[in-house]
Amino acid sequence: MLYSVLIYDSEAMTTSRSKEEDDELVARHVRVQQKLAAEGKLGPVVRLMPTTAAVTVRQGREAVVIDGPFAETKEQLLGLYVVDCPTLDEAIEAARLIGTACNSRALEVRPIRWYRAGAEGPESQ
Amino acid sequence: MTDLAWIDAALNSARPQAIGALLRYFRDLDTAEEAFQEASLRALKVWPVKGPPRDPAAWLILVGRNSALDEVRRKARYEAPQSEDLLETLEAPAVDLAERLDDSHYRDDVLRLLFICCQPDLPATQQIALALRIVCGLTVTEIARAFLVSESAMEQRITRAKARIAAAEVPFETPGAAERAERLGTVAAMIYLLFNEGYSATGGTQHVRVPLCEEAIRLSRLLLRLFQSEPEIMGLTALLLLQHARAEARLDGEGDIVLMEDQDRRLWNRNLIAEGLALVDKALRLKRPGPYQLQAAIAATHARAARGEDTDWTEIERLYALLEQVQRSPVVTLNRSVAVAKVSGPAAALAIIEPLADPLAGYFHFFGVKGALLMQLGRPDEARTAFEQAIALANTAAEAAHIRTHLDRLLKDNRPQGGTVSA
Repeated sequence: MLYSVLIYDSEAMTTSRSKEEDDELVARHVRVQQKLAAEGKLGPVVRLMPTTAAVTVRQGREAVVIDGPFAETKEQLLGLYVVDCPTLDEAIEAARLIGTACNSRALEVRPIRWYRAGAEGPESQ
Repeated sequence: MTDLAWIDAALNSARPQAIGALLRYFRDLDTAEEAFQEASLRALKVWPVKGPPRDPAAWLILVGRNSALDEVRRKARYEAPQSEDLLETLEAPAVDLAERLDDSHYRDDVLRLLFICCQPDLPATQQIALALRIVCGLTVTEIARAFLVSESAMEQRITRAKARIAAAEVPFETPGAAERAERLGTVAAMIYLLFNEGYSATGGTQHVRVPLCEEAIRLSRLLLRLFQSEPEIMGLTALLLLQHARAEARLDGEGDIVLMEDQDRRLWNRNLIAEGLALVDKALRLKRPGPYQLQAAIAATHARAARGEDTDWTEIERLYALLEQVQRSPVVTLNRSVAVAKVSGPAAALAIIEPLADPLAGYFHFFGVKGALLMQLGRPDEARTAFEQAIALANTAAEAAHIRTHLDRLLKDNRPQGGTVSA
């Protein structure tokens, strides 16, 4: 089963990191990714830019483009992992491991319903 | 990240919002700062035991407010009835905390906090120092180091600036739309100055002072988070990100200036560039151009070129011409001339900068550009004079050294040479 592990934290915190701290964070993630890859669980990994770079397309009779993220919340979606785990317990274990790398406030583990990696990539539905 | 590091980061990022709210509440900067300080100390004790609160800023505001109120009450017992009045105002039922913690106040709180640092009668460097101390929470030692002055001198400067603010009238009412826009403009200008202070470090041996640039970016991002639809704040943030992306490449191993065209573009920070480009695109969609957006668009054009020779100078010239329209300044014209030299040759560029001799008589870059153009035109004697004037006006050792390499080349041979000054 494919699970997404969604990483949430306050953007005010993440954008105030120094370059050294950010480099450290990336190094920790690389180590976690190596571990997950060795276990055959690692899928795509996505790190998102700050929501200040985002626009939101509101669907209606006419689509309206709004500056900023979909929801103004205290915590924002910062990035996500896709992990391939046979059970929810193992997915939660993977999320714990990812959590040690980012030390973020919350990680949401959410099973994936339809996955398509790209035009040439694998697909599971 | 350890727990303590997390707490430190949380306190730091909550700081502008918390002090801004406490300032609105107590209408006194010292009280607000002390209240925040008190709350931070409590956080360091409580958070490691009970775990961090869901909303650190709200926690700090609440705890800070209560501790400062206790203080006011203690004083009220001994002091003049004035304090009693203040106490009554603060405890009036209308001052409902739920309302006070309402998100809609936050942006004006932070904006106000930044805005009061921009007192027009304070010199720019004091405005910046104050913002670094109050809003960013840098220590006096750190600020003194960044400005290359002694700690005691900086301490004095900040104390004096604070006294000026205390004496001035601070606008506490919620601003109207026009006022808010005006405050945003003032604050954006201060952040831009802060960045430039770090980027082209005047009066020192260091050419780039990274911490100042990073704090400027942090403040700009903060402002953008609060005012997500302001194209000029998008432009400002993009501009700073795109400029800072080149920091590593601007000086070589010996500390000499490397012109943008000669920079090793592999040293450019691709993450910062990508975010800067995204913000430029987003801002330009809104079709409300302004000086920051145009400067960011120019920086973006440079960033998009894979090699120096791929630079779209026609586009850059067009953008500088637009910038001249919204921001008449001889420096902008000087910069446009560099693009004109690329597109139409050095003679056309020289014709553009000749009328600038008067307004830019004390400007290092004017003589650097003039010398480079004269050199390209095969007029070595005049070029030498211009370069010598540039060296006399150089702001840093690196700037002077860079011009000296041109002079050395002139001495070696009198053949026309390429080269412009636009690092």
